[in-house]
Amino acid sequence: MSQGVETVGLYVRDQEEALAFYVDKVGFKKHTDVKNGDFRWLTVQHPEQPSFQLGLFKPGPPMIDAATAQSLNAIVAKGAMPPLVLSVADCRAAYAAMKSKGVEFTQEPMDRFGTVDAGFRDPSGNGWKMIQARK
Amino acid sequence: MIPADDPDLLRRLLRAKDRMDAASHEAWPVDRLAQVSGVSEAHFARSFKDAFGVPPHRYLLTRRIEKASALLRDTALPITDIVFQTGWESLGTFGRIFRDITGETPGALRKRAQAAANGVGAVPNCILAAAVRPNLTIAVSEKRRRSAAGKTKPRKKQEAP
Repeated sequence: MSQGVETVGLYVRDQEEALAFYVDKVGFKKHTDVKNGDFRWLTVQHPEQPSFQLGLFKPGPPMIDAATAQSLNAIVAKGAMPPLVLSVADCRAAYAAMKSKGVEFTQEPMDRFGTVDAGFRDPSGNGWKMIQARK
Repeated sequence: MIPADDPDLLRRLLRAKDRMDAASHEAWPVDRLAQVSGVSEAHFARSFKDAFGVPPHRYLLTRRIEKASALLRDTALPITDIVFQTGWESLGTFGRIFRDITGETPGALRKRAQAAANGVGAVPNCILAAAVRPNLTIAVSEKRRRSAAGKTKPRKKQEAP
């Protein structure tokens, strides 16, 4: 077996909306989708990264009380969650493809020290930097 | 009236903040920001401050100072060009606000930053830039007043943007 980080989760305001965003617009694939009452364990995976899952979790009871869930949703909506970085082979091409699908970009592709980066947000407010891998 | 911690409202206010981030050299009057957020002009500034802790205009100033500082540090552009590129109306305004916020002149920052540059290449530049953003927790005019008044407690006064 290989050891390491397998799943990291994001808080999202609506799991269906998040799933559609990450699958249809960003290009991830659905990995696990298990429901138990109000709780739904939902993860997606980058097609080129089979050892890692990105969880799309909605904060709420019974795991988290309603008031705390409201605070978490607010924190995400304010863009205050930690930065996420997506590595791509061609930032401008990925930008054009995602933009045409309606992704909300916060920064157009910019050349920076021999690489190119752009910024986008998911519908909940999670912020991504999309950085072109150095050749 | 929508509650101040409503996530949908906050998400729309974030959009205004993102737009200022993306184009801090542009003019961002309240009506333009309010339109981006889908909030009335009357409520925008207060809602923004409640959400992000600073009034929108002051947030914009910190972004412009951050951009100008990066250009001072990373390029050899003349200061007049930097002032023009980062959205200031005049060299005088820029120099005064820059000193008020950072405590040093643009030229002094350029010298110090260039001497200190090392070892930060491993942090994504976009994130590094945000980390060194000036933390402007009080109004520029207030900061100026306090520094002029030495240690005396400033008068309580309506907060300027």
